[in-house]
Amino acid sequence: MTAPTLPDALGHFGPYGGRYVPETLMVALNELTAAFTAAQDDETFRVELNSLLRDYVGRPTALYCAEHLTKHLGGAKIYIKREDLAHTGAHKINNAIAQGLLARRMGKKKIFAETGAGQHGVATATVCAMLGMECTVFMGAEDVRRQSLNVFRMKLLGAKVEVVESGSKTLKDAMNEAIRGWVTHVRDTYYLIGSAAGPHPYPWLVREFQSVIGKEARAQILQQEGRLPDIAVACVGGGSNAIGLFYPFLEDTSVRLIGVEAAGEGVDTDRHAATLSKGTPGVLHGSKSYLLQDEFGQVQEAHSISAGLDYPGVGPEHSFLKDSHRAEYVAITDKEALEGFKLLSATEGIIPALEPSHAIAHVAKIAPSMKKDEVILLGLSGRGDKDINTVMAALGLDHAT
Amino acid sequence: MTNRIDERFALMKAEGRIGFMPFLTVGFPDLETSVRLVKAMVDAGADGIELGIPFSDPLADGPTIQRSSYAALQAGTTPEHVLEAVRRLRADGVAVPLILMGYLNTFLACGEDRFISDAAAAGADGLIIVDLPPEESDETRATCTATGLHLIFLASPTSDEQRLDEIVSRASGFVYCVGQVGVTGARAELSQELPDFIRRLRAKTNLPLAVGFGISKREHVVALEGLADAAIVGAAVVETVENAPPEEREQRIRDYVEVLTGRTEPGT
Repeated sequence: MTAPTLPDALGHFGPYGGRYVPETLMVALNELTAAFTAAQDDETFRVELNSLLRDYVGRPTALYCAEHLTKHLGGAKIYIKREDLAHTGAHKINNAIAQGLLARRMGKKKIFAETGAGQHGVATATVCAMLGMECTVFMGAEDVRRQSLNVFRMKLLGAKVEVVESGSKTLKDAMNEAIRGWVTHVRDTYYLIGSAAGPHPYPWLVREFQSVIGKEARAQILQQEGRLPDIAVACVGGGSNAIGLFYPFLEDTSVRLIGVEAAGEGVDTDRHAATLSKGTPGVLHGSKSYLLQDEFGQVQEAHSISAGLDYPGVGPEHSFLKDSHRAEYVAITDKEALEGFKLLSATEGIIPALEPSHAIAHVAKIAPSMKKDEVILLGLSGRGDKDINTVMAALGLDHAT
Repeated sequence: MTNRIDERFALMKAEGRIGFMPFLTVGFPDLETSVRLVKAMVDAGADGIELGIPFSDPLADGPTIQRSSYAALQAGTTPEHVLEAVRRLRADGVAVPLILMGYLNTFLACGEDRFISDAAAAGADGLIIVDLPPEESDETRATCTATGLHLIFLASPTSDEQRLDEIVSRASGFVYCVGQVGVTGARAELSQELPDFIRRLRAKTNLPLAVGFGISKREHVVALEGLADAAIVGAAVVETVENAPPEEREQRIRDYVEVLTGRTEPGT
């Protein structure tokens, strides 16, 4: 188990990762790798990033001991890492602000980003507004429909939203179009990927910038509870918040790491997004990883009630952690996620996003049978305002009146 | 083992002319028609054909080739059908190079070794895998070498000297020069930076250089004479098929290729 030294120089996590893109992008990816490596060693960069994370994002985010949820479930003690309290309402800002600074350092003034739920799009638009950069966000038409609040926020922040009509009109297609856009404008544009996916160095770079979640949580739980958690749980779409939470615990082998994917209407139907649970290795969006695909390698459409998990791929490091058994991956249905959404709202007065509602639902399954002195760390990647319309539609109007 | 790609480039060089190698997505608009259209292009003077393997997420392709790929998949086209098309073309006496062009995931899903061996046995001469860069290609190249196929790499105007060195050190058959920084698709004019880019590459390799991306007119091909060894046209071929009434597709394609190869004047 030597994961903390990964990826290798070409971006491999074991057999996964790498860089499978058209030649036109290769030099830009080399330049990005060099700029990122230099920035990591640059005190000025780190100081500026840390001060923005503190004063602009509001870090460190709280680690909340969820007494009422714990009591309700009657088992393990549950702590919640509150990324919903970060500026813009989700963990996506951690990475967006860091990459924004990196783009500025590289002299790029135009930014492209893809978004599913819109949280990464909003975070990127926010950072571009603050840094005075031109921002274009690619978003699938289906996601534009179900995340209209975030579309409005992006526009308000001065970003251009490119509505993508191809394929399933969700995150996969938004990423295809963002990559095509980048191929065309690679000389003056920075591509700000929000997931721990894509070609090297993105999975590595996003993990490094999101690891602030796990680093803080690890220190906070040691301080508040005097010990490490028994289990850390986070939802996985592309996997950026999960890898950010998990990575600082990789060498703490007593900590079980559980990633929760979207089972949609069920993993035995063809409408789910449980890539690690049901997929096979393949290449999509520039890296090798598990993938939902047919026997001929055609990528299948994913489905989840949560736009942020609705993706047929997954970050390559999660594939590596699955195969090496350092992390486990389970799947939660749309219906179970809605129960998780209601549960946290009712017990703790925290309305979660639909993405981490999957993690909440899994905690609700496992906590009751655990001992009262055992500890679960739950990653709450974002808040639920953006999902209110979806939840209203799913639960029926009686809840809305 | 001789390869039709090498033979064809040697022939074109001996004849002192630039080659013309059109692209068509196999299965677009359906398998039968695509095979007939390829034969029409060969009859009209094409020096080789790139046969596109339809893929669900073609991230180097612009809207036109995306549409053809989508239509081919909707028509039920599989990678096996692409090999079947190669077999039929060879059985029908097509003697020009046939090059399969696709994305890596197709090869991985079908089993890379088996699919490449089957492609060679079917009568293919080379592979272009758009998202397989040279540094990730060792296994694929070994399989290609063992089966007598050329694995053809792309070079881009954005490639720096180090990348170009890396590409030519592993290249075989010819180097596919990306004529435009961007995705596939017809453009009104050739890129201004193309001559410099091709000269940079020419200084590094004796392999033939073929230019694709953005070419659609006879004047583009003429402009490449003396600079490159072949011109590749994809999106404009697909558009010609799209714009033709079904019963006129073969004739329109034949006319288009005859104009691009210089056999006939435009509009005659």
